[in-house]
Amino acid sequence: MDEMAQVVLDYVKNEYLEDEDEEIDVDTPLISGGIVDSFSMVSLKRFLENKYNISIPDAKATPEAFDSVTRIVAVVREFIK
Amino acid sequence: MGYSDKVRAAYQEQIKGIQAAGLFKQERFIHSPQAADIEVEFPTGSSLKKVINMCANNYLGLSSHPDVVTAAHEGLDHRGYGMSSVRFICGTQDIHHELERKVTEFLGTEDTILFPSCMDANAGVFEAVLTKDDVMIADRLVHASIIDGMRLCSAQQDTFKHGNMQHLEEKLQLHADKRMKMVITDGVFSMDGDTARLDEMAALCEKYDAMVFVDDSHASGFIGKTGRGTHEKCGVVGKIDIITTTFGKALGGASGGCVSGRRELVEMCRQRARPYLFSNTIAPVVVSGVLKVLDILSKSTERRDKLENNTAYWRKGLQDAGFILKEGDTPIVPVMLFNAKLSQDVSRDLYQEGIYAIGFFFPVVPQGQARIRTQISAGHEIHHLDKALEAFKKVGQKYDILGKTKQEIIEKYGP
Repeated sequence: MDEMAQVVLDYVKNEYLEDEDEEIDVDTPLISGGIVDSFSMVSLKRFLENKYNISIPDAKATPEAFDSVTRIVAVVREFIK
Repeated sequence: MGYSDKVRAAYQEQIKGIQAAGLFKQERFIHSPQAADIEVEFPTGSSLKKVINMCANNYLGLSSHPDVVTAAHEGLDHRGYGMSSVRFICGTQDIHHELERKVTEFLGTEDTILFPSCMDANAGVFEAVLTKDDVMIADRLVHASIIDGMRLCSAQQDTFKHGNMQHLEEKLQLHADKRMKMVITDGVFSMDGDTARLDEMAALCEKYDAMVFVDDSHASGFIGKTGRGTHEKCGVVGKIDIITTTFGKALGGASGGCVSGRRELVEMCRQRARPYLFSNTIAPVVVSGVLKVLDILSKSTERRDKLENNTAYWRKGLQDAGFILKEGDTPIVPVMLFNAKLSQDVSRDLYQEGIYAIGFFFPVVPQGQARIRTQISAGHEIHHLDKALEAFKKVGQKYDILGKTKQEIIEKYGP
């Protein structure tokens, strides 16, 4: 797993998982799987923007685009200059 | 006419999808007043069945109380049926103002404004008092009406882990730069029956200069020593900035809700909250009923005391029988079954035994946390609870889940 995927996965685990036993990987559906709700996406987006010094337009931060760590990493890479 | 065959087919397809996902909701027709004993027609067209109601929000058993019914009749006679106007044109009667004053007194707040429902109160309040320069930080398990209200508001939205004060503090620090901060929670959470830690929350909000919002719909009338609500239980009466609540549950169970709290916030709702401005308020007949309910509850704690005793009896009975319950001390007592199909099967079998209790599963509750949610009432007598316990034990034995651990139930029935 690359470093960015690990960072995002760690953040998601720490921020959203209630049950310590729950296991997720980079392809676990986050929003459609009920792990991240649409409100909570705000803090996820804010974390990514601060961490990677980027600005993700709201139109790109859709529930589909944020539905797994792999997809999130793809969105972030798109905006890293 | 734009409702072509193609459009109709598209909707039929969507409805089939809801059915296929097992999420299709069906009403059950009750042919009697709301009470512990009801007569139900289910499935539609079948003969009436007498069952014990274990799933109403009729916590204080006041929905069909004779004094409340009489007061409603009198209200109908003296103030008529409808107002045919919104509040600020010609839709306010003296009794609307009286009810606002009485609710303020009951909850120990500064002022109150009535709404057609608590759903409307929650839909209108955030937009009325917050702007895009502000932030709303909500517990992740708040009621759907709060989520809708937050969506209608331009303030930034964020959440904290359910009941996790450390996570809330991190969020308060993260949003320190915002003009106004509002922390949002239910007083009693409707699916788990647990209670918000309002004392800790109020202290954190004081530290970080944030307002506290509580929806006390599943608490007003019976939580706390004199039934004032979660703020009374947590010792923070006067420290909660906004309380929303309903008259559609313990407080008579008809309809209506309110925003109660700081004078200026209530005034902002009166000026700006759209469900208040563009809809009739509570009908005079209901206002008269709620006034009587508050009168009953202000004179005696007998009903909330009976509810507390009933709840303790019910919890102990289920625990002794070997069911797994969610921790708590409110009249919402979830019996955990974990597996969605099992929750539906148990609910169906309980109904056959004369017990009306509903199974909840994803997405209403998190994945793998299916349950039967039971709700206790002061309208229940011990014989109701004993009969229900017998039925639960019988059905529990049939599915071999009594005394079993979560792991054992999941191994047998799947997650």
